[in-house]
Amino acid sequence: MATQTIGWRWPVVSRFRLRRSTREALAGYAFISPWIVGFVCFTMGPMLAAIYISMSRYDIATPPMFIGLENYQRAFTADPLFWPSLLRTAYYTMLTVPLGIAGSLLMAVLLNQNIRGKAIYRTLFFLPSLTPVVAMGILWSWLLQPEVGLANLLLWSVGIKGPGWLSDPDLAIPCLVGISLWGSIGGSRMIIFLAGLQGVPQELEEAAELDGAGAWAKFLNVTIPMLTPVILFNLVLGVLDSFGVFAIAYVATDGGPAYATWFYMLHLVNQALRYFEMGYAAALAWIFFALVLLFTYLQVRWSARWVYYSGEEGR
Amino acid sequence: MAGELAETSGRFSQFDRIVIPARKAMRQSLIYLIATVLAAAFMAPFFWTISSALKGPWEVIAYPPTLVPKEVRWQNFVDIWVRWPFATWTVNSIVVCVLAVIGQTASASVVAYGFARIRFPGREALFLVVLSTMMLPIQVTIIPLFLLYRQIGWLDTLLPLIVPHWFGGGAFFIFLLRQFFRTIPKDLDEAAEIDGCGKLGILWQVVVPLSKPALTTVVIFSFLFNWNEFFQPLFFLNSNDKYTLPLGLRFFQTFPTQGGEPKWHLLMAASTVITVPVVLLFFLGQRYFIQGVVMTGLKG
Repeated sequence: MATQTIGWRWPVVSRFRLRRSTREALAGYAFISPWIVGFVCFTMGPMLAAIYISMSRYDIATPPMFIGLENYQRAFTADPLFWPSLLRTAYYTMLTVPLGIAGSLLMAVLLNQNIRGKAIYRTLFFLPSLTPVVAMGILWSWLLQPEVGLANLLLWSVGIKGPGWLSDPDLAIPCLVGISLWGSIGGSRMIIFLAGLQGVPQELEEAAELDGAGAWAKFLNVTIPMLTPVILFNLVLGVLDSFGVFAIAYVATDGGPAYATWFYMLHLVNQALRYFEMGYAAALAWIFFALVLLFTYLQVRWSARWVYYSGEEGR
Repeated sequence: MAGELAETSGRFSQFDRIVIPARKAMRQSLIYLIATVLAAAFMAPFFWTISSALKGPWEVIAYPPTLVPKEVRWQNFVDIWVRWPFATWTVNSIVVCVLAVIGQTASASVVAYGFARIRFPGREALFLVVLSTMMLPIQVTIIPLFLLYRQIGWLDTLLPLIVPHWFGGGAFFIFLLRQFFRTIPKDLDEAAEIDGCGKLGILWQVVVPLSKPALTTVVIFSFLFNWNEFFQPLFFLNSNDKYTLPLGLRFFQTFPTQGGEPKWHLLMAASTVITVPVVLLFFLGQRYFIQGVVMTGLKG
């Protein structure tokens, strides 16, 4: 009733002869206008500009010179660091993402048990993920310092001579994986899984128990399928994140030793900030973006086979 | 399988009555053991950081190492402020954080209100664009942004770290606030409208007071993001009196000391200083924090 009177009053009150829906629409555009401006100036515009820059030779000092696809050609065929850095990044991603998701899930399961002091454990698991990445890089390069780092001192105390960790080309990437797991396993991903676990319907678990499922079978056949949407979400974000791995390697190893941790983003940043190859760096950025889009698309396609949405079947 | 069934539903024999509680207790203590060991492992790096931060330059690399400093040196925490421009970097970080947090929260609220409450053609399509920018890594636009800021003279100022946040506040926060605003009953808006309240008035007087939990979440996340941000300052800041803390810390890490004196103790002190505000914030706003994570992660 009340709404009707407003509906009638508006056109009368309005000084401009605008229909209510038009006024409403204008207000809507006004409200989202900050985002539109930001999107055009700081997202869309730069992305389009990047296409042009990526087809130019541009060292900042002299004006950009259009060279067509030469930068892309250079990346794929002439740059000795391009493919290795891509492979290294893929290796890092293939270790970090599955281990991270499995680790967070297991920790969430652990916290979902009936134990006291849950909040304290949760906080302790969570704290590492708050550490600023620069601090994380510095503190781990200290812990893993070959001569006086805590890790090797502990090993030494039980009579083992510890390895060089971050200064060992074969171990550097696994170490970085370990560091990023320390900083992410107990973080928001675990919290999301924990909430997901609490959302698993009790009656499904009970039904499984009646069918004679043990704890493990219940976990595999009830809990995991119910969590698949959350797992997909974390998988997509995880790949996006670890494919862009930069800061931790930049701080802890600076791409070394002997290019062992020279990830794709390190390559890009060095092209831009050290050699001022803006055109080439922009091309690398677009290749990165295309790859990330492709991965996301493939994961979402693939997800139709294993992700279970309980809503779809109409309970 | 069959054996397990007998065990879980075993209320048949005397034997089970003793064995099952005992097993349960074993299982329970195993869980505590695992959780405690894990928590200790996760905390050990922090412990070592703080312990190292309180040692002298030579004790920190002494062999065999001391778990707890023999002589606690609070002086380290003074030294990083006095002998290094940490004070400047901290001020820069605080300026960036305060202005960016205000910008993100205010501007994301306005935009989210538009998406949540006002009908206009193309709303859903535009909102999809907002969501899709969440998947857009900053790395893709960093080069043109760098060139843009260079053109307009923003390089080596704090502006690129602040101003863009005032335009939309980021897809993540728009999404989070829109979800929250939609849970507020629309009758309240309409009642205010009858009272002659404009749309901004409704947002400010009706929606904002009811959205304190969501807004707190945005403030916390925004602070964390801006405090920890490393990638953009690395591109946009050049001279070391413009650095924010993460960049300053990195500079400090790579800068050689006089006479090669070890500086691990100072690095650890500095790392502690940069981490403490974040941890404090987490403890103060833990509830909002967890709610925010869950909200964006499950409904996303």
